[in-house]
Amino acid sequence: MLKFCEIRDLGRMEYGAAWELQRQLVRDRKEARIPDQLLFVEHPHVLTLGRNGRRKNLLASEETLKAAGISFYEIDRGGDITYHGPGQIVGYPIFDLRAWRRDVAGYVRAIEQAIIDALAEFGIVGERSQGATGVWVNGAKVCAIGVHISRWVTSHGFALNHTTDLNYFKYIIPCGLTRPVTSMAGLGVTAPRADVIAALVRHFSRIFEFEVVEPVLQSEQAI
Amino acid sequence: MTDVMMPQMGESITEATLTRWFKKPGERVERDEPLFEISTDKVDTEIPSPAAGVLSEVLVEENSTVAVNSVVARIAEEGAKAAPAGKAAGPVAPEPPAPGPKPPAPAPQAPVPPPATPVPPPPAPEPTEAEEPQGPISPLVRRIARENKIDLAQVKGTGTGGRITKSDVEAYLAARKAAAAAPTPAAPPPAPAPPAAAPGPAAAPQGAELPPLPMPAAAKIRVEPMSNMRQKIAEHMVMSKRTSAHVTTIHKIDMTNVAKVRARHKELIKERYGFSLTYLPFIARAVCEAIRDYPLCNASIDGTNIIYHNEINLGIAVALDNGLIVPVIRNADERNVLGLQHAIVDLSTRARSRQLKPDEVQGGTFSITNFGSFGSLFGTPIINQPQVAILGVGAIEKTPVVVENDAIAIRSISLTGLTFDHRLIDGAYADRFMQKLKAVLESWSEDIL
Repeated sequence: MLKFCEIRDLGRMEYGAAWELQRQLVRDRKEARIPDQLLFVEHPHVLTLGRNGRRKNLLASEETLKAAGISFYEIDRGGDITYHGPGQIVGYPIFDLRAWRRDVAGYVRAIEQAIIDALAEFGIVGERSQGATGVWVNGAKVCAIGVHISRWVTSHGFALNHTTDLNYFKYIIPCGLTRPVTSMAGLGVTAPRADVIAALVRHFSRIFEFEVVEPVLQSEQAI
Repeated sequence: MTDVMMPQMGESITEATLTRWFKKPGERVERDEPLFEISTDKVDTEIPSPAAGVLSEVLVEENSTVAVNSVVARIAEEGAKAAPAGKAAGPVAPEPPAPGPKPPAPAPQAPVPPPATPVPPPPAPEPTEAEEPQGPISPLVRRIARENKIDLAQVKGTGTGGRITKSDVEAYLAARKAAAAAPTPAAPPPAPAPPAAAPGPAAAPQGAELPPLPMPAAAKIRVEPMSNMRQKIAEHMVMSKRTSAHVTTIHKIDMTNVAKVRARHKELIKERYGFSLTYLPFIARAVCEAIRDYPLCNASIDGTNIIYHNEINLGIAVALDNGLIVPVIRNADERNVLGLQHAIVDLSTRARSRQLKPDEVQGGTFSITNFGSFGSLFGTPIINQPQVAILGVGAIEKTPVVVENDAIAIRSISLTGLTFDHRLIDGAYADRFMQKLKAVLESWSEDIL
C-alpha cells in the first residue's frame, strides 16, 4: 500500500514549542487526520531527561544551567538524559507503526539503519553498539535515540550531531553512558544541514516505505 | 474479570520493564485508556487498557521486568459483584461512596433511614434514581465531587447512558451556589426527600446541608477551538464574498438521456473498472465543452487584467467529516467520461483519507459542487477564488414535464446553477454558457464514454 509522509523542517524552535507540536500531531495521527510526519528541528540549548532517567546523570545544578542559558525538561520518552542544541539535527518521526511493523525494537533498529545509511553518503562509517542504542563512530556516539509510543504512534526520535558544540555534553553523562560523543563536523564532514536532512529523508523513505509529500497548506484546500 | 497481559511489542522482544502504572488499584479505567507504561531499549510505550472497569489487582510492581504474555493486572468489569467488594477492601476506601456498592444496598437498608433521620419517609420513588445512578465516573469528576463535597447520586448525568460528565458537576455546583445565594431559608419542600434517602451509609450529615435543587441545568454552551482547516475555510469564504460579486442563475436540465447511457454501462463499468459510474463525469465533460465556447467562465481577474487559462483544471468539491476540500482534475478537457470518473473517484477517496498531494488541490480554473447528492434541489455556492464561476449541481429527480405536443412525460430533471462573478461575467454570457451545458447534456445520445 502506498504510504505518505509529510516532511517539515521547523528550523530553530524552542524545545517546549516543538514538544507541544509533536503532541498535537500525535493526536491528529491517532485519529488518522494526517499522514505520517517527519519533523526536523534545531533546538536552542536544552537538556532533556527521559522518564526513566536518573537525575544523577545531570552533572550541573539548575543554577549553573540557567547561567549557561540551558533549559531543562523532564519528558515522556525512553532513554536517560541528553543534550540538544545548535548544530544538531533533531528528527521527530510521528509514524503509525501499524502501517509498517508492530515492533518497537524493530523501529529503533530501523532508525539506526536510516542514520547509518545517511552517514555513509558523507563517508562516515556509523555502527551499532550492542546494548547501547544509537549510532556510533569509532566508539563515540554521533546520534542519540529516544522514543515514545502510544497506540503504535511514535514521537520523539533521534538527535544527530552535525556541527554541535560538544562541550555542552560536559554537563551530563549522556544516556547514562560514560562514552565520548562526536559530531559529523568533528569527523571532518562539512556538508550543510539541508544536505544531511535530504539524505536522512531519502533513507527514512526507503526504510519505512513511504512517499514524501509536502505538508498540505490548508489555505489552498478550501472552496 | 479481564486479565491484563504484558503485550508482545515486537518479534524480538521477550520481556519488558513495566515502568509506571497510570492507575492505582481501585481506580476506574476506560477501555483504551493508557493503563501502564513499559520500557524496552530506549522506547517507552503506553499500553492501553484492554477493558473498561475497575483495576482490581496489580500483580507487577513498577520497575519490574516481566515476560511477554504474563498477567500484570486484573480488571473487574463494572457491575460485577466482585468489584465493589474488592474496591472497598482496597487502599482507597475513604473515597466518597462510589456507584458500585449502592444497588444492592437499598433493599436491606430501606427500613433503617426513617428512624435515623426525622425525614418524611418516602423510600418508594428512590429506585428509579438508584438502579444505575451514575454509570462510570471519571477520576476528574470524582475529584471535583470530592473537593466540593458533592453527592454524585444527586447529580443528573447528561453523558452517554446517563453518565455524569464534568459539565454536569459544574452545572450542579453552579446551581448549588445560586441556590445558596438565594434567600431561601428553612423551607424544605417535599422534593428533596428522596435524595436524602439516596446517599445511604455515612452520608447523612451531608444530605442535610444540601440545598433544594431545581433541575440541574444542562450547560448552555460549549466552547471548542476551530480546527485549522475550519479556520481556513472560514477565512476563504468571507474573503471570496468580499472579493467577487456573486450572482447565481439556475437552469433546468433534462438528464434523461444521460441517465439512459449511464444505466446501459453501469454494470459493465463496475465490473471492469471497479467503480460506479455517476452523473458527475458527464456534467464535468459538458462543462469542458461549454468552457471552450465561453472561456470567460474559466478565467480569473488580476487587478484590471483578465487572465484566460488555456488549461481547463476542474475543481471537484469533496465533503469531509469536518470540512471540505477541492481537489483538481488537471486538463479535464482531455479526458473522456470514463477518465473523468476515474479521476473523481481517485481524488475524492484520497481527499477523505488526507492523502492528496499539495499540487492536487491547487491550480483549479473552474469548480463543480455536487450538493444534489445530499438531496439539495439547488444552491448558491461561494466561488473558489481566484476562479470566477462555480457550477452547483442539484438533485436529479424524476419529474413530470410537458414535452412536445403538450404531452406529459416523466424525465430526470436537475436544477443546476452557475454562480459567477459579475465583475467579469454578465448574466447573458452566463446563461449562454448554461444553454450550451444544457444542450450537451440533453442531447447525449452517444454510447461513447
